Amino acid sequence: MKARTKFIIGGVLILGSVGYLMGSSIKDTGEYYLTPTQLATRVAADHSFYNVGVRMGARVVKGSITRDVATQTITFRATDGAHTFPVVYHGLAPDTFTDGVDVVVEGRLMPDGTFRATTLLAKCASRYEAVPPPSSAAPAHPAPASGPAT
Amino acid sequence: MTDLGNIALWIALLIGLWGSVIGFVAGRTGRADLGRSAERAMYVLWGLLVIAAAGLLHALLTHDFNVEFVAAYTSRNLPVFYTWSAFYAGQDGSLLFWALVTSTFGSIALLVNRGKYKELTPYVASTVAIVITFFVATMVFAANPFHRLGYTPVDGRGMNPQLQNPGMVFHPPMLYLGYTSISIPFAFAVAALLSGKLDTGWLHAIRKWTLLSWLFLSCGIILGMWWAYVELGWGGYWAWDPVENASFMPWLAMTAFLHSVMIQEKRGMLKRWNFALVILAFVLSIFGTFLTRSGVISSVHAFSESPVGWYFGIFVILAAVFGFGLLAWRWPLLQAEAKLESMVSRESAFLYNNMILLVIAFTILFGTTFPVLSEAVRGTKVTVGPPWFNLVEVPLGLLLLLLTGIGPLIAWRRASAANLRRQFRWPVVAMLGTAAALLLVRMGDGWSIAAYALAAFVVATVLQEFVRGTGARHRLHGEAYPLAFVRLVGRNRRRYGGYVVHLGIVMLFAAFAGLPFKETQEFTLKPGQTAEMKDPYGATFRFTHQGVSQYQVLNRWVTAATVDVTKNGKYLGTMRSEKRQYLDSVNRPTFEPATEVAIRSTPAEDLYVVFAGSVQGTEEAVYKIVINPLVWWVWYGGMVLALGGLITLWPGGQGPTPASLRRAESAGYVARVGA
Repeated sequence: MKARTKFIIGGVLILGSVGYLMGSSIKDTGEYYLTPTQLATRVAADHSFYNVGVRMGARVVKGSITRDVATQTITFRATDGAHTFPVVYHGLAPDTFTDGVDVVVEGRLMPDGTFRATTLLAKCASRYEAVPPPSSAAPAHPAPASGPAT
Repeated sequence: MTDLGNIALWIALLIGLWGSVIGFVAGRTGRADLGRSAERAMYVLWGLLVIAAAGLLHALLTHDFNVEFVAAYTSRNLPVFYTWSAFYAGQDGSLLFWALVTSTFGSIALLVNRGKYKELTPYVASTVAIVITFFVATMVFAANPFHRLGYTPVDGRGMNPQLQNPGMVFHPPMLYLGYTSISIPFAFAVAALLSGKLDTGWLHAIRKWTLLSWLFLSCGIILGMWWAYVELGWGGYWAWDPVENASFMPWLAMTAFLHSVMIQEKRGMLKRWNFALVILAFVLSIFGTFLTRSGVISSVHAFSESPVGWYFGIFVILAAVFGFGLLAWRWPLLQAEAKLESMVSRESAFLYNNMILLVIAFTILFGTTFPVLSEAVRGTKVTVGPPWFNLVEVPLGLLLLLLTGIGPLIAWRRASAANLRRQFRWPVVAMLGTAAALLLVRMGDGWSIAAYALAAFVVATVLQEFVRGTGARHRLHGEAYPLAFVRLVGRNRRRYGGYVVHLGIVMLFAAFAGLPFKETQEFTLKPGQTAEMKDPYGATFRFTHQGVSQYQVLNRWVTAATVDVTKNGKYLGTMRSEKRQYLDSVNRPTFEPATEVAIRSTPAEDLYVVFAGSVQGTEEAVYKIVINPLVWWVWYGGMVLALGGLITLWPGGQGPTPASLRRAESAGYVARVGA
């Protein structure tokens, strides 16, 4: 067998195993990324969708955050305008987690309708993008700030 | 001054267009006067962009808050150090910085190659001018840093606290230097393809450039890791976030090129592949910017959605179509001069190295864009996170590590059994010995044992090379060992610098393999109470909470919590983590409170203490404490890697000369120098 053929066989073997690894790893670790409305629709159609690991991208309802420092529990409501879920999270929230920010929560929707988050990511317009400072002429803007935090 | 900057941008747009067109015409017609005009256009572009940059800095430093960019990113009480860095901390300014650096590199490339590569330089000037024109156009039409507000605020918004960190001052410009310097190799590749001068001339012209941009990218990525680690408080330094992935992909393509170019120099193979890699590296560097600024992929720390992203999107498509189109056009002229002779050869090791580097880049691209792909194919967004990347990249990374040891030592063309025995006997012993030792003391899981065994293998190959090389000089020239060692490295900088880079890579792998042993715990402590944690080596750490204090310093109100730390009963010191509430110039709070972590770093492990808050304003504090093994090795591995890169880059040394290479290519084969 020519060296070139051997090399190609080796390459195909590598590519094949990488392809298999990519596919099987998606099955094992991939998570649905849904909005509250999509999640609500899914659950309504299929009750087995409760208690399945998903990521939900939503916005924190202003004034809904309660923090219990002693037990490290944070509760808030997450919404996309149409649907709202109460979220319970144990652990430290990133510095940028505050009223009105976009968050990505990773966790499970419980049959009682609360979302138990194991990861809480606060996302913002941008860590770089800022809006003009408030002045008497301009309305106050939400603080833009973000960064990866788990 | 500021308006002058704005005017300079508009003129730069016109000059850029002129340079793009006239350089191309000069290349087609071979007219020297037009070529000189294109070259001068590049220098003028540089001058104009310097004026624009001076204008923006002037606005920043004089607090001209009528300029939106200044108002959005700085404030009167921002330390000057960070006021400077605001230049590239915001999107509009970063585009100006990018354009300025590209024109600097373009001017240097044309200056150092004056009178050389006559067929190539007009096209190089033209291509770089196109890149700069793109950036200038994006600025003036979509993101002008000189845009003025309808009113003048009393003070600016100030800088996001997370950016007020030394890591953030150096990390973005390093990355931008890396991204921009790829334009030069890309321009030479395009020039070679357009002009039909397809010999190794373009490769010699860009050898230092590719190393330079690789070095900048490496430093930029590692500084970014450092910033994430010390500033973001989650205890890690790499999260497979789209922004990180975007910087890693061009790095992989560059790394592949740095290896494959050796095959073309020595054997005249892989000509098409080398063109493809340079084009790919450039396209990926722009693509990353598109990904993170267009809002296509939601990243936790992406830039906001803005039209700028789509400018980049279109530019990526144009650059890819143009670059790969040219390559397809010249395809028949790029015949390999030699064939792969054996699977057991250096060529084969390098080919697999390239394949794996690109497969890694592809899998990262796939994982990063998977939400979009899955939505397009199946209608639902599915994301893959760090667990997916770890499952896929760890085996690939280890395979690459193995090749890092094999590639530099195995013989060209066809390795004999004697060659294999001579080169690999001791490294294999080191590998098996390490694996056996780790199994014996029961440290590590399967993957990490494999990683450390392979690390030992690579270190042994590199040490063996240094020892044998030094010994040979000692015998041949009668030099004392230290002198022989210095001359060995000094006279073969590319080869031995490369080995030093490999040592840095091994240190990084050693650090990554420590990640599974990270311990994280949260504690709520009253003053005087103690938390206890064990590290992976079995030592016991005790953290005694000392209390919470509050004070104002510079532009912030600080709440600090302090712990005393002991290891196995021995006092190590105190660690203090802070919550910082930044204030504006009239002492009103701005931004969310930022956490400042306390880190105690040793080669064995880092203690990482995060003050998460006090309970209802009392001195009872909540801590997150992380014991992070081997993180030290990331930063020092990064330094070793940079040192190796510098050795290789240092001017002089004995690289193969163009003449010797031509001889080599006609002979089709060159024995390894100095083996």
